[in-house]
Amino acid sequence: MDALDRVLKPKTKRAKRFLEKREPKLSENIKNAMLIKGGNANSMVTQVLKDVYALKKPYGVLYKKKNITRPFEDQTSLEFFSKKSDCSLFMFGSHNKKRPNNLVIGRMYDYHVLDMIELGIEKFVSLKDIKNSKCPEGTKPMLIFAGDDFDVTEDYRRLKSLLIDFFRGPTVPNIRLAGLEYVLHFTALNGKIYFRSYKLLLKKSGCRTPRIELEEMGPSLDLVLRRTHLASDDLYKLSMKMPKALKPKKKKNVSHDTFGTTYGRIHMQKQDLSKLQTRKMKGLKKRPAERITEDQEKKSKRIKKN
Amino acid sequence: MEGQSVEELLAKAERDEAEKLQRITVHKELELEFDLGNLLASDRNPPTGLRRAGPTPEAELQALARDNTQLLINQLWQLPTERVEEALVARLPEPTTRLPREKPVPRPRPLTRWQQFARLKGIRPKKKTNLVWDEVSGQWRRRWGYQRARDDTKEWLIEVPGGADPLEDQFAKRIQAKKERVAKNELNRLRNLARAHKMQLPSAAGMHPTGHQSKEELGRAMQVAKVSTASVGRFQERLPKEKAPRGSGKKRKFQPLFGDFAAEKKSQLELLRVMNSKKPQLDVTRATNKQMREEDQEEAAKRRKMSQKGKRKGGRQGPGGKRKGTPPSQGGKRKGAFGGKMNSGPPRLGGKRKGGQHQGGKRRK
Repeated sequence: MDALDRVLKPKTKRAKRFLEKREPKLSENIKNAMLIKGGNANSMVTQVLKDVYALKKPYGVLYKKKNITRPFEDQTSLEFFSKKSDCSLFMFGSHNKKRPNNLVIGRMYDYHVLDMIELGIEKFVSLKDIKNSKCPEGTKPMLIFAGDDFDVTEDYRRLKSLLIDFFRGPTVPNIRLAGLEYVLHFTALNGKIYFRSYKLLLKKSGCRTPRIELEEMGPSLDLVLRRTHLASDDLYKLSMKMPKALKPKKKKNVSHDTFGTTYGRIHMQKQDLSKLQTRKMKGLKKRPAERITEDQEKKSKRIKKN
Repeated sequence: MEGQSVEELLAKAERDEAEKLQRITVHKELELEFDLGNLLASDRNPPTGLRRAGPTPEAELQALARDNTQLLINQLWQLPTERVEEALVARLPEPTTRLPREKPVPRPRPLTRWQQFARLKGIRPKKKTNLVWDEVSGQWRRRWGYQRARDDTKEWLIEVPGGADPLEDQFAKRIQAKKERVAKNELNRLRNLARAHKMQLPSAAGMHPTGHQSKEELGRAMQVAKVSTASVGRFQERLPKEKAPRGSGKKRKFQPLFGDFAAEKKSQLELLRVMNSKKPQLDVTRATNKQMREEDQEEAAKRRKMSQKGKRKGGRQGPGGKRKGTPPSQGGKRKGAFGGKMNSGPPRLGGKRKGGQHQGGKRRK
């Protein structure tokens, strides 16, 4: 509880900075991922975790020891780890006869499990099995999702959101165009999800935009969706709530209609309509003779009243 | 001839352009959806080519990936660019995909007592210099902290002030005063925190997670759980020493709409009779209870006054004659009305009865 944190004041500036980094903020830190091995993780699963750690460096923590927990039964130990290492994304690998080569990807909200999706690894080619040059660690990847399955079912939609969250990296305002180096491609086909990562080669194409050639670089996984533990709708809504300060400001007095026309509103002060400047019509202009007679009439009226 | 060559040139230029564009254009049935802030593209086209591929669709996957990446790169290259230290940098828009936060939105902390006061008075924090000139050491020292400018604790001589006891330890006094100031500051900080915490709790909608609930909350939760059965709690057993919940019955009881017609007629006629009669009907029990309560209150007030006066003057008048009997007008009626009760009462009240005091009625203690 944050109140308890504040009862015990930090005694050093370093401790204070540490606590400030972990407290809830308007615009959040980059999410850290923790990669955990289960009690019975085999070599394939361990290698997968190592490869994902390489992709997620420096925003990831790879736990070296095996942890005997079952995420789907008991989430307390995962939540404890998340609180200690301030990680809101996690990946848990295990292997048993019933669920071979199991990988659980999940995310947390307020140090409690929000979503968890279990994937089975059917085929895996590691980073070190593909012998070519890799890109430097810490580059922001491009993400591509192919296949209409990703929008059809709720499970797939959440999986897509989870994968984006996991792999997207820091949010930057500018990006160096030559620094776009690798792309992660997810395809949903026949109930399987193919995860491939390619290195980008920019070739000349005559015009400004280069032609792209791809070279397979990194881990490639064939995944199958197993169990899911998705957050209830209201918890998910709560976690998506954006603070008011970050919402885009609405421009007042401007409206758009369906045809694309923009309407604006102007607020005027009160006008005396009799003194309005209208178009001058020369034919309706009063001639001097008429004006004199009008004045006389007015005068006589006034005398009558008095 | 020239016209023809010009036309030819134009046609050739067009063909060249088309070729170039062909190298970077990709034909897709459905347009991709781009979120350039996240460098994300979503392809909604059904992967028909892949379905035909068979067990190892590597080449097809790579081709699909190449196409999609080409489209994404085309979009990225259209963003506004600038040159930053010999690198071409594109300015990315805000990410449009909404992703859940990792921690809840921070709540604005309620102001402390000092902040409220300062806001009210319009006091703003004064900007202070970091270093202060220290006469004693002849150098600039920091305002507070290690080796500060005016350090009280380092004085080796304290003059005994005029009115103080000469045997008092002034150094200890100074240390004590400092400890008291620190304690007071800590107390105020905790009080501010408690006030802030109390303010923040109401947003939990009165519900707390298990383990943090108060006794009343648990009791309420237990009662609600008991009643939430198919038979609305009628067949729920209670624990051996558990007491029945009080106040869980109906608050008001109404007569049924179509009940006993004879009884209804009788009660309506009685009501009319009472309203028509000249003599006022007196409910003796209620009247006597009211009277006795009033008397009690008067006596209590008098006793309080007496005790106050007694304290001031040091002497005390015995608060005699407290229990004045009931006024003579009602005396007879009372005895008559409670004849029945007195007969049943005595065995219990025998020991404690003082003449004329515990006569029937419901006595408020």
